[in-house]
Amino acid sequence: MTHSGSITETGTEMRSYYGRPILKEPVWQPEIPFYFFTGGVAGGCSVLHGLARVADRERLAKTALYVGAAADLVSPALLISDLGRPERFLNMLRVFKVTSPMSVGSWVLFVSGGSSTTAALLERLGILKRATVAAEAVSFLTGPPLATYTGTLLADTAIPVWHEARRELPWLFGASAAASAGAATTLFAGDEAGPARRLAILGAAGALGLKEVMQRRLGFVGEVYEQGEAGRYGRVSKGLTATGAALLAAKGRRSRAAAVAGSTLVLAGELALRWSVFKAGFQSARDPRYTVIPQRERLAAKS
Amino acid sequence: MSTYGAEAKPRMGFFTDTSVCIGCKACEVACKEWNLVPEDGLVWTGESYDNTSTLGANTWRHVAFVEQRKPARTDDDSEDPLRWLMESDVCKHCTHAACLDVCPTGALFRTEYDTVVVQQDVCNGCGYCVPACPFGVLDKRHLPREPGDAPLALPLLGKKEDGRVWKCTLCYDRLKGGHEPACAKACPTDSIQFGEVDELRGRAHERLEKLQTEGWNGAQLYLDDPDDGIGGAGAFFLLLDEPEVYGLPPDPVVTTKHLPEMWATTAVAAAATVVGAALAFLGGRR
Repeated sequence: MTHSGSITETGTEMRSYYGRPILKEPVWQPEIPFYFFTGGVAGGCSVLHGLARVADRERLAKTALYVGAAADLVSPALLISDLGRPERFLNMLRVFKVTSPMSVGSWVLFVSGGSSTTAALLERLGILKRATVAAEAVSFLTGPPLATYTGTLLADTAIPVWHEARRELPWLFGASAAASAGAATTLFAGDEAGPARRLAILGAAGALGLKEVMQRRLGFVGEVYEQGEAGRYGRVSKGLTATGAALLAAKGRRSRAAAVAGSTLVLAGELALRWSVFKAGFQSARDPRYTVIPQRERLAAKS
Repeated sequence: MSTYGAEAKPRMGFFTDTSVCIGCKACEVACKEWNLVPEDGLVWTGESYDNTSTLGANTWRHVAFVEQRKPARTDDDSEDPLRWLMESDVCKHCTHAACLDVCPTGALFRTEYDTVVVQQDVCNGCGYCVPACPFGVLDKRHLPREPGDAPLALPLLGKKEDGRVWKCTLCYDRLKGGHEPACAKACPTDSIQFGEVDELRGRAHERLEKLQTEGWNGAQLYLDDPDDGIGGAGAFFLLLDEPEVYGLPPDPVVTTKHLPEMWATTAVAAAATVVGAALAFLGGRR
């Protein structure tokens, strides 16, 4: 009979309706993982730029500001393009709902993106010094949540591999944002790239470790990270990120070529990481075992 | 709902008693007709009499069919038992509705009848409610837009599909006019019962007791308990087997139950990003 009886790895008998999924797969398109990446670059650059200002590293600060502003311009375009009704994008700012990470995130992106692009424009024109500083301060304050909220956006769904990773995803995305912002800034910061390069290495190491921790803690539900597209993107991400970070650490300071190559590898690795997490959600929703078995185990533990 | 003040109505919902469902699909048809839900393709699945398969943007009632080599009653000791389960599935109109919580535009709202409805003139098709629903009820409509829709403000980025999210409204328009929802109206066996949720719950418990006394195999109530992970449903069920056999989650929990904890993690991780970046400034300029 088709509707009953597959024995799973955890040994639980699992029944389903013709093997059909219980949850719906997300309807999000490629714009979304690309946005996770660009939003991470934007948020991370806001932090890097603010700290560079405080530490009085002029060239580094300007570079991070411009790179971040560019990412801040791309991000909303990606998000609007993903909407089923792009012409209604302003409805995102119709309400503020703390129960919706997407609502909070829209406002954070609106404020953070608005302030960093304003600061970049004023900086470029060399006018309104006070307004520039104010815009930079706002960008610095809203950058960190921009870097991490996307983890919670995914965790706040019914999809097991995302929801059960709610303790790790904001950290993972924060580390990935730091790595990609550091790497992107390293590309253009010339002889002041030191902190950006070290941030890229630190963030890359953090992201590699956190993904490992997340997958282990997820256990059965996390096995989608070993399978299909999530697995492929995960392996590619690991290889690129580790190679890039190692190259940056070993030769990034002395060799411009190594710095560029290492940064590019880290950027590609972090983009692949976002894709791995994104695809894992689809795979997790598609297979009813990941929905039913943990719920059955929860019920068994209750009784 | 208290927010409606004097305009608040008693909570309305469905009690779907699958023990008397005959699989006629009149509910599916009535729903489609009344709500002008478009046809989205015809396929033969080979899965008993079910060619609808799942709830979605264009299916707001779905009748599940399960053929089992199991006796219908516990006192049936025939050699080759067979039973045929049928269940008309629908949006649960949860007490704690994840779709409503995560909707960033306020398109999803709670009505004065305590039901959960999408405002189609507000929904911008962000799709967040789709993976948030623990039952997989909501989906984006990929069919072409209707003529007469607002022209695209951003033609380059625009898509030609409807692009909005659709689901059961518990016939909000009919309720406003004092009518019962189309599916309940069309159900010939009263498998779908419409009414005040409090009253329906009492009726469901009586019915369960009767079936259990008579020895019906596997009879159980599903989503009637206000203390479950979604705070109980406005549309709940009497099933004759475990929920997952019908494609329903056995222990759904509203994802936003853990949101305070998630926001705390977000904030700490954000602060940690700043600390990590500050550490990167230790060491040389180059």
